[in-house]
Amino acid sequence: MTRFLAPTIATPRPAPQDPRQWHDRLREDLFYSPGATLATLGMLALLAFAGWHLLNWALLDAVFTGTAELSPSDACRTPGVTGACWAVIGDKLRLILFGVYPYAEQWRPAVACVLMIVLYVLSVQRRLWRPSLALIWVVFLGAVIVLMRGGVFGLSSVTDDQWGGLPVTLILSTLGLGMAFPVAILLALARQQRKLPMLQAASVGLIEFARGVPLLVVLFMASVMMPLFLPADWQISKLLRVLIAFTLFGAAYLAEVIRGGLQAIPAGQYEAAAALSLNYAQTMRDVILPQALRMVIPGIVNIFIGFFKATSIVVVVGIFDLMTAAKRAVSDPLWQNAGIEVYLFAALIYFVFCFSLSRYSARLERDLARGATN
Amino acid sequence: MTQPLLTITGLNKWFGEYHALRDVDLSVASGERIVVCGPSGSGKSTLIRCINRIEQFEQGSIVLEGVTEKGARQTESIRRQVGMVFQHFNLFPHMSVLDNCTLAPMRSLKQPRAQAESYARELLDRVRIADQADKLPGQLSGGQQQRVAIARALCMKPRLMLFDEPTSALDPEMVQEVLDTMVGLAEDGMTMICVTHEMGFARQVADRVVFMDRGQILEVAPPAAFFDHPEHERSREFLGKLLHH
Repeated sequence: MTRFLAPTIATPRPAPQDPRQWHDRLREDLFYSPGATLATLGMLALLAFAGWHLLNWALLDAVFTGTAELSPSDACRTPGVTGACWAVIGDKLRLILFGVYPYAEQWRPAVACVLMIVLYVLSVQRRLWRPSLALIWVVFLGAVIVLMRGGVFGLSSVTDDQWGGLPVTLILSTLGLGMAFPVAILLALARQQRKLPMLQAASVGLIEFARGVPLLVVLFMASVMMPLFLPADWQISKLLRVLIAFTLFGAAYLAEVIRGGLQAIPAGQYEAAAALSLNYAQTMRDVILPQALRMVIPGIVNIFIGFFKATSIVVVVGIFDLMTAAKRAVSDPLWQNAGIEVYLFAALIYFVFCFSLSRYSARLERDLARGATN
Repeated sequence: MTQPLLTITGLNKWFGEYHALRDVDLSVASGERIVVCGPSGSGKSTLIRCINRIEQFEQGSIVLEGVTEKGARQTESIRRQVGMVFQHFNLFPHMSVLDNCTLAPMRSLKQPRAQAESYARELLDRVRIADQADKLPGQLSGGQQQRVAIARALCMKPRLMLFDEPTSALDPEMVQEVLDTMVGLAEDGMTMICVTHEMGFARQVADRVVFMDRGQILEVAPPAAFFDHPEHERSREFLGKLLHH
């Protein structure tokens, strides 16, 4: 038998680069045959055509403000104007953002929105992820509620049926998710454990009920039926009832995602914690939950985004959120034809919040994946 | 004779229909080193997992000297005094090496952080891994992870250490560094029960070798006697397979 001996020890070399220039790549990828050339040029023509019309509508022919002689709404209705009527946004901005909140007091919802955005910015800092973050949430959301409600510190009282627009959307989603998250963790733990079957059954029942019934039905029940069941002097406001319905819903969906994370933790982790004589609460808090939650961040963010947009459904039970405010702005006879522009603006606000959350979650996953692999 | 540290009497365990441990009796003196061996499925791991109650058992008793509590408090008390090292390390991947070592002393023994950390660093130094204290387990090699796992168990100042095939998941190059750590521990007088197929280690440190098959202890003997003159036919068969590969 012959023997092979490597003549030298191989030294590492850099990976080869694609030697093609950009124009070679373009030719080889997009213009490699007459058919491909035709398809590429055809698509370019289509894009240019659509892009030109969009540009004309959105910018070149659009009306942004009124003039000295014409009010904004008249400027939009001048014969020959074919572009978008962005003037409606300026004219109706405060209605869209703050609804029917007393006009002179609208600095309060504005500050409340800023507070909530600051709260989001604080919450996404990983070095602030410790139990005291819960306290920050309580303080900030407490301040938001005090600002909105008034009645103390010389602020005039504004009942929550007068709240509207963006702060209502933010309050519903932030407060709803803020309350749903701890409830969801408890529901997931209750469903996963085997020692207390009654508790487990209760958790399964609650989760399956919330998942098995449309959100719309629960909202109608909360806004129409619940007052009928409660004693007359127990009345709680519609906004609060809807908030409770949202919390229940969010908790059920979040609980199932978190339970998925719990199931993905290998049995060895529980065994190691038990062998070190950690009790159930210590095992969950220090060993299992930090790993399980990290694993399901994409699922949690997905629910947060869905939930944020789902708050617009409260339009049907007459809660004045951002979507309702947009609808109200369009119902002004002066701006009857400005529906597209107003709804686009509302969509933009939703998009900014959801897209930021989505980008943040992608970054977070990357950061967490860098360290924790086993 | 002094009272044994650990006494197992009439231990029986079933997994559903399967009779996993059958009438196991074993007592371990303080400072004694026991190696448990036997073919796979013979109940070696199950036996040592019963000792710290990671597995429940149906019949018999396992008594750790000095533990008088009953029920759940007994389990807690035993687990505080018995350390365990697993085949797959089971380190907590989201915590640094140091935090892995200090978690249980701080939570279970209520030690202040400074005390737990200084003792953990001392032990990490002893398993020659002190310079990796701030890394995450995933950044270490298998052998290093297993040495961290040993240090983590020692941080609880256990009276008895259980090893469940600690080198079976390691690359051949890393087996020795873990075995050296275990030999060092044995030389310091730690009471140990090791499930392992490392017969060299058994010869070097074991006071007694326990041979198990089908949930039963078939032979208990000093290593020299066991390896050179196995009494039981199944022991001879097992050793024959082990040595001729």
